[in-house]
Amino acid sequence: MSDNLQPRGSDDTSFAQPLYTPIKRRSFFMYAGATAGATALVLAGCSKDSDNATPSLPAGNSVTSSGAISLGSGDVGVLNFAYALEQLEADFYSKVAALSNGSTLLGSDFAYFQQVAKHEAIHRDFFKAALTRDASSQVLRGLTPKYPAPTFTDRTNILATAKAFEDLGVAAYNGAGKLIKKADYLVIAGQIVSVEARHAAYIRDLITPGSFAADEIVNTTTGLDDSKTPKDVLAIAQAYITETLDGSYVGVNS
Amino acid sequence: MDFFKIIDQLSEVDADVMGRFDSRRSVFNSLGSMAKRTALAATPLFLGSLFQKAYAGTTSTAVEVLNYALTLELLEADFYRQFIATGFIPTGAPANAIAQIKKHEDAHVKLLSGAISQMGGKPVAGTDTTGVRFKGLPAGIPNTYAGYLSVAQLLEDAGVRAYKGRAGELIGTDLLTTALQIHSVEARHAAHIRTMRSQTPWVSPTDDLASHPVYTSGLTSGSTAPTSITAGGSSYGIPAYSAASPVENNTTQSGVAITTALANQYTAADAAASFDEYLQAAEILDASRAGGLALLS
Repeated sequence: MSDNLQPRGSDDTSFAQPLYTPIKRRSFFMYAGATAGATALVLAGCSKDSDNATPSLPAGNSVTSSGAISLGSGDVGVLNFAYALEQLEADFYSKVAALSNGSTLLGSDFAYFQQVAKHEAIHRDFFKAALTRDASSQVLRGLTPKYPAPTFTDRTNILATAKAFEDLGVAAYNGAGKLIKKADYLVIAGQIVSVEARHAAYIRDLITPGSFAADEIVNTTTGLDDSKTPKDVLAIAQAYITETLDGSYVGVNS
Repeated sequence: MDFFKIIDQLSEVDADVMGRFDSRRSVFNSLGSMAKRTALAATPLFLGSLFQKAYAGTTSTAVEVLNYALTLELLEADFYRQFIATGFIPTGAPANAIAQIKKHEDAHVKLLSGAISQMGGKPVAGTDTTGVRFKGLPAGIPNTYAGYLSVAQLLEDAGVRAYKGRAGELIGTDLLTTALQIHSVEARHAAHIRTMRSQTPWVSPTDDLASHPVYTSGLTSGSTAPTSITAGGSSYGIPAYSAASPVENNTTQSGVAITTALANQYTAADAAASFDEYLQAAEILDASRAGGLALLS
């Protein structure tokens, strides 16, 4: 979290430092990525650091020594990470939308849940399609979500779970964004995260009117939303997923 | 730092390196003026900027991206200041919500201004009477609570599209994280304003404002895309405008037809509502959108 602006105050000197540093880092990567030839140049300049062969990173769906399913590395890892979260969200909303007593529990808000169930199913199906197209051998398997017993039994629990998932989704995309290397994927992540933020705001207002961007979720000094690393997101999401996921290499390039 | 040696090395591996620089507007011009103004203290940052300009395909520096974001935040902050000053907003939940939103816009202004200064740039400025301000209600919008609220929706939804449009220029950086953290707050604001107006929290073809240019794309017919913006004592370049961006009703993402090419079939309305769309800077600053609501003196 040391490079995260969220906990920092308004002290300009302290918060601006991490803003400045990555620019220099970025210039290096832009330069390095410019052409294949430039890569050779970089390697020549980094030969001492390159003595160890390229590490072998786990592919999506490979199983680690602890029995966890790897989300894979690099951009594929980020896509699988998003796909895992969208599987979870889509499953939750589909179960709510299918409740035979949905209208009784949720009243007029039942229609909202049925609508959002479509959005999340689209996100899930989209990631599967994109992964199948771009990394067909590494598409994360279908996961088996699990929920604490009272999740679907009353309005309070349904709304609380939806809020937790939506706020977590926003923080997850915000935190994973900078791990993405391919601009097309970043655009897609940006297009989805704002829809998740709209969902989060709406469900918060349903629970407590006016809490769409409450001080507990948006920093009062910086005006910034939450951001979490994939590791921190998975630590929370894991409680809802039967399979054990390993996101250690999400965004890491070989 | 031997700048020209680096260029030389680059040209060894990339024969077209000089062409890359040359084909971009004023890269070397800005090198001259930059050198005069700031000497070499800012060289590492500037060098980064130069390579970003040459290779990112977007021709902008991080400071330029942040100044663009700051321009929009100043516009939003001044809009809410004027909205509150009208006395139209009912006390209780509506006033509390607008105050909360304004608090965030003010925080974004402060955050972005400070970041730009620390990076050696000059932030655009705005006060109640100078620099970037809200011009006042456009023609056709009633001078009422509902009228102001409709402008709030347009500004917030435009802001969401604007941040998306520049994210690619910050790829791989912590600045991107900051931009995303502002972006999702704007989306929360947009959702709440929409709820206050009895619209869906997401962009929908059934919105009462669905035909407004904020939800379509392209430039006003006959207008020329600006290449730089001068506002509040500072100037910054904006990326060259290419073809019109996708409209909010778009149902194809990354080449995938959302309605027909996925594992399940979906309606066009659901496909459109599941993805927000970006706009380029030239489109946001067009007179039909935020550009028409702002004073940039």
